[in-house]
Amino acid sequence: MKPATTYPERRDDVRLLVVDPDGGAGGAMLHETRTPALPDFLAPGDLLVVNDAATLPASLRGHDDSGHDIEARLLAARCGGATFAAVLLGAGDWHARTEDRPPPPELPVGARLRFGALDADIAARDPRSPRLVELRFAVTGDDLWDALYREGRPVQYAYLAHELPLWAVQTVYAARPWAFEMPSAGRPLSWQTLLALRRKGVRWAALTHAAGLSSTGDPAIDAALPLAERYDIPAATVRAVAETRARGGRVIAVGTTVVRALEGAAAKQGGLRAGPGETDLLITPAFRPRVVDGILSGAHAAHESHFSLLAAFAGPDLLAAAAAHADRAGFLTHELGDSMLVLPGALATAHAHPSASQNGR
Amino acid sequence: MSKQLATGLEGQGVLVTGGSRGLGRALALAAARAGARVALVAREREPLARVAAEIRAAGGDAHAIVADVGQRDAVAAIAGQAAAAIGAIDVLINNASTLGPVPLRLLLDTDCEDVERALAVNLVGPFRLTKAVAGPMVLRGRGTIVNITSDAATEAYERWGAYGASKAALEQLGRIWAAELAGTGVRVLNVDPGEMDTRMHADAMPDADRSLLADPVRVAARIVALLMGNDGDGQPRSGSRVAVSAAAATTS
Repeated sequence: MKPATTYPERRDDVRLLVVDPDGGAGGAMLHETRTPALPDFLAPGDLLVVNDAATLPASLRGHDDSGHDIEARLLAARCGGATFAAVLLGAGDWHARTEDRPPPPELPVGARLRFGALDADIAARDPRSPRLVELRFAVTGDDLWDALYREGRPVQYAYLAHELPLWAVQTVYAARPWAFEMPSAGRPLSWQTLLALRRKGVRWAALTHAAGLSSTGDPAIDAALPLAERYDIPAATVRAVAETRARGGRVIAVGTTVVRALEGAAAKQGGLRAGPGETDLLITPAFRPRVVDGILSGAHAAHESHFSLLAAFAGPDLLAAAAAHADRAGFLTHELGDSMLVLPGALATAHAHPSASQNGR
Repeated sequence: MSKQLATGLEGQGVLVTGGSRGLGRALALAAARAGARVALVAREREPLARVAAEIRAAGGDAHAIVADVGQRDAVAAIAGQAAAAIGAIDVLINNASTLGPVPLRLLLDTDCEDVERALAVNLVGPFRLTKAVAGPMVLRGRGTIVNITSDAATEAYERWGAYGASKAALEQLGRIWAAELAGTGVRVLNVDPGEMDTRMHADAMPDADRSLLADPVRVAARIVALLMGNDGDGQPRSGSRVAVSAAAATTS
């Protein structure tokens, strides 16, 4: 499968592969359609949970005191506000794959970096890689946000045809800027689709999850991804999840960040509670979700690590068949690509509760 | 800030554009006094920082964002910085606007670029910013968007062509926003503050008798009262045009 290299003509009209482990009429478990039809596969009483994190301009370009080019990609905010975990990359720019970029010079704790008008120093180095550091900026609070938005750019991808501006990496419900890369499973959701879901009786809820970097090009760091990420779950979302489950509705997560936040919180003592937290939960094929019934995700090729996350929601044979279908049908992958809905009962829903979706524009 | 006035906006996030002078400054001060966390936007750093400092000195919560709402790439940054500073945005006040070159000119003498700039700042900027902040408002099921308009939007005043046309379009956009957002908990109001004693008014009409112009502080208090929903005769309906004079508000 190939990555989508440009933004789709309409953000909400891409291909959608529905994967239903329960199977629909005649036992079919795969159904290909387009994202405006998403409301057909959710039933009244279901709950769609989105990650409302806005995407930060997390890539900063600058140099060290000796004049070496450095790119810092922020991947987690630390308490106190002036310090961020970051990955350092060497010369070159986003046109090159990160794994092909020369490494940055090894920088000691205390080394100073300058990103345009924004200064920082290395406050700590992570034992896993000299390129994984804690960056402490010289300014804090409003001044830091001002400088970050002035000097930073959104993280870019080598497969892109054009650089993505900041507005292009936001979902339609982006709120607090917590995400270091776009929570891209939600990119194909438009208000047209979200309002059609609500007309059908599907509820929405949001949480905020600080999506980190998807890859860095440094094998030592990539092996450790995803690092612990913070989240914040509003009380209204916890209530909506409880009500949905009590009434037999399904909880559908938009993206793995939502799965991590909900399941990470639910796995803690006392179960799913409102409020901020941090999770290092890893979703593996052996993982049995307690809260989430299905997932809307970007399309991924079978060899991508992201793909194995879907195995928490469908068996390996079905997923292999889904990947083969998507591959044959020319689905596009990655941040700007096509979508996949893995949800037990999705196809029976489409039969029993066809949506009166008003997709005519 | 005065305890007795602190009712209605405690803990709410309010984003005001054009916050360094005139009505925008007065709105930011009034919202902060009512307990709101305020983010103010303007192009010039110094005057904006002074207003934010003034609010903080009085015990309020204010955050300055230096940006031009007329620039396409500025809007995602404004929304991001505001949400980083004040969290959820409950109220957006699209107050920033430009008259274009003064003295105001007849349309036959107006440069096309000046019309484009008026539309960029007075219409397209508020559209983009509303689009950026209304999404999370709909998701949360509440929020208020206020478009500051003018009687130049409804009356055909000579020499006010670029400004008047941009404000008329802003009002129509506001009505359509309100229609599309009906039932979501997000309301949109077009608010006409009337003639005020501001620098913009002096630029446009330098010979006006200032004693006949309203004090923006009193007008801002009226508008903030609308946001708090304690203006006496009930909440204006979403999509309505509210004419606020320093004396009273009338809805049409």
